[in-house]
Amino acid sequence: MGSNMAEAHPVGFQWVMEAKARGARLFHVDPRFTRTSALADAHVPLRAGSDLAFLGGVINYILSNELDFRDYVVAYTNAPHLLREDFRDTEDLDGLFSGYDPDTATYDPATWHYDGADPTDTSTGRQSRVEAKLHARGDTHGAGGPTLAGVAGDIASDPTLQHPRCVYQVLKRHFARYTPEMVEEVCGTPREQFLEVCRAWTANSGRERTTALVYSVGWTQHSVGAQYIRAGSIIQLLLGNIGRPGGGILALRGHASIQGSTDIPTLFNLLPGYLAMPSAAAHPDLASYLKSVCGHNQKGFWCHADTYLVSLLKEYWGEVATRDNDFCYDYLPRINGDHGTYRTVLDMIDGKVFGYFLIGQNPAVGSAHGRLQRLGMANLDWLVVRDLAMIESASFWQDAPEIETGEIVPEKCRTEVFFFPAASHVEKDGSFTQTQRMLQWRDKAVEPSGDQRSELWFFYHLGRRLRERLAGSTDDRDRPLLDLAWDYEVHGDEPSALDVLKHINGHDLVSGRLLDGYLDLKSDGTTSSGCWIYSGVYAGEVNQAARRTPRHDKDGVAPDWGWAWPYNRRILYNRASADPSGRPWSARKALVWWDPERAEWTGHDVPDFERDKPPSYQPPPDAWGPQALRGDDPFIMQADGKGWLFAPRGLVDGPLPTHYEPHESPVRNPLYTQQGSPVRTVYGRRRDSPSNPSPPEAHSDVFPYVLTASRLTEHHTAGAMSRSLPYLAELQPELTVEVSPELAAERGLTHLGWAHVITSRSAVEARVMVTDRMAPLYIQGRTLHQIWMPYHWGSRGLVTGDSFNDLVGLALDSNVFIQESKVATCDIQPGRRPRGPALLDYVAGYRDRAGVTPETGTRVDTVTGSDHTHTSTEPNEAP
Amino acid sequence: MTGRNRLSGPLDDVAGDAGHQHHPDRVGFFTDTSVCIGCKACEVACKEWNAVPEDGLDLLGMSFDNTGMLGADSWRHVAFVEQARPLGHQQSGLAGLPTGSTGTPLMGEAVQPRLRGAPRGGSELGTSPLPADNRNGNGNGSGTLGGPGPEDLGMPSFARPGDGTGAETRTEFRWLMASDVCKHCTHAGCLDVCPTGALFRTEFGTVVVQQDICNGCGYCVSGCPYGVIDRRQHDGRAQKCTLCYDRLRDGMEPACAKACPTESIQFGKLDELRERADARLAQLHELGVTEARLYGRDPNDGVGGDGAFFLLLDEPEVYGLPPDPVVPTRDAPAMWRRAGAAAAAFALAGVGAFVASTIGSAVGARR
Repeated sequence: MGSNMAEAHPVGFQWVMEAKARGARLFHVDPRFTRTSALADAHVPLRAGSDLAFLGGVINYILSNELDFRDYVVAYTNAPHLLREDFRDTEDLDGLFSGYDPDTATYDPATWHYDGADPTDTSTGRQSRVEAKLHARGDTHGAGGPTLAGVAGDIASDPTLQHPRCVYQVLKRHFARYTPEMVEEVCGTPREQFLEVCRAWTANSGRERTTALVYSVGWTQHSVGAQYIRAGSIIQLLLGNIGRPGGGILALRGHASIQGSTDIPTLFNLLPGYLAMPSAAAHPDLASYLKSVCGHNQKGFWCHADTYLVSLLKEYWGEVATRDNDFCYDYLPRINGDHGTYRTVLDMIDGKVFGYFLIGQNPAVGSAHGRLQRLGMANLDWLVVRDLAMIESASFWQDAPEIETGEIVPEKCRTEVFFFPAASHVEKDGSFTQTQRMLQWRDKAVEPSGDQRSELWFFYHLGRRLRERLAGSTDDRDRPLLDLAWDYEVHGDEPSALDVLKHINGHDLVSGRLLDGYLDLKSDGTTSSGCWIYSGVYAGEVNQAARRTPRHDKDGVAPDWGWAWPYNRRILYNRASADPSGRPWSARKALVWWDPERAEWTGHDVPDFERDKPPSYQPPPDAWGPQALRGDDPFIMQADGKGWLFAPRGLVDGPLPTHYEPHESPVRNPLYTQQGSPVRTVYGRRRDSPSNPSPPEAHSDVFPYVLTASRLTEHHTAGAMSRSLPYLAELQPELTVEVSPELAAERGLTHLGWAHVITSRSAVEARVMVTDRMAPLYIQGRTLHQIWMPYHWGSRGLVTGDSFNDLVGLALDSNVFIQESKVATCDIQPGRRPRGPALLDYVAGYRDRAGVTPETGTRVDTVTGSDHTHTSTEPNEAP
Repeated sequence: MTGRNRLSGPLDDVAGDAGHQHHPDRVGFFTDTSVCIGCKACEVACKEWNAVPEDGLDLLGMSFDNTGMLGADSWRHVAFVEQARPLGHQQSGLAGLPTGSTGTPLMGEAVQPRLRGAPRGGSELGTSPLPADNRNGNGNGSGTLGGPGPEDLGMPSFARPGDGTGAETRTEFRWLMASDVCKHCTHAGCLDVCPTGALFRTEFGTVVVQQDICNGCGYCVSGCPYGVIDRRQHDGRAQKCTLCYDRLRDGMEPACAKACPTESIQFGKLDELRERADARLAQLHELGVTEARLYGRDPNDGVGGDGAFFLLLDEPEVYGLPPDPVVPTRDAPAMWRRAGAAAAAFALAGVGAFVASTIGSAVGARR
């Protein structure tokens, strides 16, 4: 679901085909029939943006038929845990959970907790709730999430799963109305097809069998994207498909090594290894920072965050970092709210941002609301672009669509653009980290030509020059830069990528030896590591990522091909592949197990568990951290050692996934009065960021169709790497819009003719593809059409065209600040779009007919009767 | 081998027949279209390795196929066929949706005017741009789609007789993809008619053109019963798949097979490939995909069997392949005996629905 794997990940899809050849059944749940569907056993259609209703329906099917893998669920998930008495579900509050504040459109998560657990970390009051929205986001706390105190010992539980307040029963009630009939009404999926998915999924899960779930950005790019993935996790936990071979949730990433760039992040709110970026308000010093990672009486390996962070600081600032100065903790930048890409773009338009680096990114084409991106970049002092080809984000000042409309005038555009040609992946050494968390080293194949340089070269020398420029400065603000241990090995003028990998792996600073893994990290300043989860990639002084021993038929794990973090474990939480007593659930699905004779965990994979901790281990009463993990707590990073069916902390939009309509939807939410996510991030700005109206707002019929987008195999994302290459450009030479024969008839569209798609942001023209692969759905008593476009086109390259992303507005998942670009509403008309200033008038006409105002879409609360409109504020600005 | 067999029929040792001694086993391709995902990596890898030029940035509109057909500048071609019919037990997801009749005839109608007879004996998707008035957008492109000589060739066909006619609701759908290539025939028409010796049989049993010898006469173009070999526009010399002869000589598999992620294109010894294909066919039949069939597998067919053969999921015509290809030289001896006028005898014979055209009309208008 949410993945077009054959088209977007064709190389990985070979393994799906191999599984199919061995008898696996392949279901493709997707709004349209794609090249993935063509190879699947069944294509199951649904309305874009309705996935949570579908997944909730699967959960309801499992629970109402008691098809869960009960032994696994009772032992390894938080299903038996009792919740607080004052927790209220969306069933009680018509689509809201307890703790909602309509004034701030935020939740106080205090009531989303286990009964009797210590609620010390909760707070009330308006200001703190604003703080909560700004600072308590799951992602802002790193992968560990906010602290969850008081869960190391025994949590009030009912192993029979009968107590009305146990997670299992709460879950059952929460999804009880997600029936096949409701799924049909919300998703448009005929109930028999839905039930076939349910039957196949449950029949192929349990002790002897496992089912894998694959998703891609088709799930993440929604205002409730994090909850889609939560819902998938709940299903896989209920069916015992986590931590076991052939199971799991496979998150296919959007680019080569995007996994790597979240591990060692390019995100504003993370430090390497999913540690949170310090917050100005919440983390004034090292002690308070560490306290926020691991709370009082909490389990798991996040409680060793002191060793991870101190080793990172030692890697950054070397000998300058000492215990006396908190290891230079104060040198780390602080965040104070949303500094995400869309907030930043709005600030660019408002004149608050002066410079911008774009490294391998083409937001003029590839980011939501392209016009906004271009107008923002046109209002900078300087812009640095590094890319393989001259891209629209470097040339917007002379060839953006806004030139034609008069919104950008080249002679007056103030932005000074510096374009640096980049070396490609074959022109430099380095590693890719793929979706399995596996690092694969590659050597440079050819020298870069001309002025092309590697990223390492660029940043190393940028740092070197900045430090030279600042040398002798007595200003304290320059100390972090001047004190950096900028001491990489350099060959000629090219920094050694291998040396960087060694720094990431980390050293024992006493002996100078490379570390073998993160368990060797210390908090006393005697170790360094640039990314704790990568520690071990150079274990034994060997570049483990460069290993190339193919899999053996006997195990299929291929442990000697590349290296997967952490500790070369190929399947995370694989302790769950064995039963509580340490024996594999079944011989067929054996992966790791307890060897009583050698008194250690062993198996085909590297056990994701303390090697010598027996299954019978019971922690002493005062234990915390890893020591508090029982011998049958497989989820060793979780504060309670369990897989979370119910998430007591870490999400800002609720402890359970709930079906909310997309920000722009043609229909009313049939499940609750609450229409969309009550905490989604919206920016009400008519001039540059309008929304199409959705029920209960009036005039949603002006944009009657559902719009979705994705990739083509033949092109890559914003197109710089494919539209510029003749062999790829010729394979898909023009932007097309796919419509069903029924919609073609309704709107008078002809195959290969022109049409244009309109939203309140813009109109985009494309050639029409009338195809049976698109089909209307029957939703809430009426026929609903969906429209699909690829998003690869822009104004440069061998083949050019309008950019799909110009149609998309800004509505974000407040957990992770990812934009809802996989679903919107739109209209489509035959013929080409107006050009020049007439285009602005044309779109304005649509906005007027739809009654679009700055408030449209910002009344996110549709339950309490509050008339509050919500515009996401900038950091430190009162709402 | 008898003299009769050298021009048609089964031939066990094709390289030996061509004079190679101590040659390696005959190799070829088995293209299993049932696992093709239409990624076109084969097209790109082929062009990259063999430095075949880009041949047009034009939207053809035939599903995701913007290559059109094999030619001098396309040695691999992935066909995309959308059909309103089921594939084995596959569920298309259309059942129960508020659909009308199928749109594939609409697609066919729009593409049809752009199909034209290929000078080399095949049919060709129009590769010229859409008419200017349409591009400039007065309305929705419902105006006349001009292009050279609209001609209903009936192929590649999108729909089968009876499909989409009269049915109120479309419930079935399948999307076939198939990567086509030179067949490296046991009896290669192109090679047999080449007057310069530019075309030759390699020690691997494959058929290769030597560009430095080819004089561009074009006999091979009409000699190919599949419409594969073609002359490059700018220099007139014949071009086609070499089965990566240079890679074979270095012990590497051809670029397309190397790039294919799902092993739809399998390279290997022809005998082994045939065994593999037979097993795969049986497996698919067992799974209920009864429409699966092998194409070019049979050494008794009109070309003595193909070095590159296929597993198809429909009639060959649906993919733009001739149903009963015959090497033109098969009937040449008989004709000589009967008529004694050899030079006139190269007209194509017995190619069924396949469209024949004459040597004299070769224009090479492909861009």
